[in-house]
Amino acid sequence: MPAILEVEALEAFYGRTKALHGVSFAMDEGGITTVLGANGAGKTTTLRAICAMIRRSGSIRFAGQRIEGRGTEDIVKLGIAHVPEGRGTFVDLTVEENLRVGAWARRAGGSVAEDMTRVFGYFPILAERRRQVAGTLSGGEQQMLAVSRALMLRPRLLLLDEPSLGLAPLIVREIFRILRAINREAGVSILLVEQNASLALDLADHVFLLETGRMVLSGTSDVLKRDDAIRRSYLGY
Amino acid sequence: MDVFLQQVLSGLATGGIYASLALALVMIYQATDVVNFAQGEMAMFATYLAWSMLNAGMSYWLTFVATLAIAFVAGVAIQRIIIRPVETAPILTIVIVTLGLLVILNSVAGWIWTYLQKPFPSPFPREPIRIGGIVFGAHDVGEIAVTLVMLALLFAFFRFTPLGLAMRAAAQNPVSSRLAGIRVGWMLALGWGLAAVFGAVAGLMVAPVLTLDPNMMGGIQIYAFAAATLGGFGSPVGAVVGGFIVGITENLVGTYVSFIGTELKLTVALAMIIVVLLVRPAGLFGRTVVRRV
Repeated sequence: MPAILEVEALEAFYGRTKALHGVSFAMDEGGITTVLGANGAGKTTTLRAICAMIRRSGSIRFAGQRIEGRGTEDIVKLGIAHVPEGRGTFVDLTVEENLRVGAWARRAGGSVAEDMTRVFGYFPILAERRRQVAGTLSGGEQQMLAVSRALMLRPRLLLLDEPSLGLAPLIVREIFRILRAINREAGVSILLVEQNASLALDLADHVFLLETGRMVLSGTSDVLKRDDAIRRSYLGY
Repeated sequence: MDVFLQQVLSGLATGGIYASLALALVMIYQATDVVNFAQGEMAMFATYLAWSMLNAGMSYWLTFVATLAIAFVAGVAIQRIIIRPVETAPILTIVIVTLGLLVILNSVAGWIWTYLQKPFPSPFPREPIRIGGIVFGAHDVGEIAVTLVMLALLFAFFRFTPLGLAMRAAAQNPVSSRLAGIRVGWMLALGWGLAAVFGAVAGLMVAPVLTLDPNMMGGIQIYAFAAATLGGFGSPVGAVVGGFIVGITENLVGTYVSFIGTELKLTVALAMIIVVLLVRPAGLFGRTVVRRV
């Protein structure tokens, strides 16, 4: 399978502080890849660096095309949707308006209304709340909205930053179930950053492990689930 | 009673002018947290351009449209060229830049067109409109109509067009907007353009009443500040309502409180600013923003 994303020797900086020290990895089109790591290992930074939200160097290819020289808006237009940490909700806009904003940059044709119906199919609760101001949604609903907003781009690659953060386990399970459906039905590749390692390992088919800004381990999730070090450090048994 | 109604209507007319300029201030403030002190002078400058076009023999409404178009482009250009380089600077720096712009526009206008007052035509008939026993100035009525049409257009633009939505999104959450592929910098520039258009409308509508001179918008800007403060700097609807309230109050107080008359009217605006800031700092329609420091 062709690679949807190839990252090589990626370095990223917050001001003068280097946060990534040459991260390299590749992920297959249509797959779900997860990046595990402790707090401060550079998971969020990796996603931000891919989208040019911080200063970075190294090489990044998306579907064979080099994107390290492009700005955030252009990268998004190529079909990379980023669901940021904290969900990035437009709190004063309605649910429907949030989704329309998500469709702003897409190049794919087809009607926005049709896509809206499609995401409402994944998350029926959002259909009920479509005229409601997004700031009044619960945390779980806002996460669903954030994923839906990203889908409105008709992305080829979905970057998800801690979708489980601060949500009740039941809701998290529901969201992850739908992420899998989205991956299978729409063929959207997913790069997932997650604190909850057991959830992430269940969803993903490929895993990378980050430690203090470096990739230290990679493999299929089936293999890594049985790895003793991973189990002790990240799964806790 | 007739006098009362007349004063209310003429208050609505001037209120419309304050509302337009206040709306311009609020649009920029919402998107960038910047109070544009040069808003009034930008409007004055646009009005002078209109005066030159009219003098060159252009028809009024063609001039009107051309002026708004020029104001829009100039507003965008000012944001891109002057404001953008200091965008990330401390707020005080930006305030000083807009104050500098105020002084420059004022002097350049004086240099080109002199400080002598110039009569400016109204597009509306001279004959007053009579309804029952009450006489309304046609310019007052026209002014209100123009203001309301502009507001309706702006509302429709923000509410129903993708570009309007993108501008609201950019003002509200720049980071998420960029992740949606919206060019936030350009959206801010468009906001400056639209604000300049509203300022220009205010200038064109008030010039026939005050006659045109480089300091024409000074007082108006203070009323607009009062309107924006009263309505809440965070609320476009508040700015409009505030504009009308300030206009009516100003007129009624000037008419019925004998010691104020026309000389002390501006004081009313300043008093309103102070009272609002003391009693309800967020304004009538504003929300109190809690920030973690």
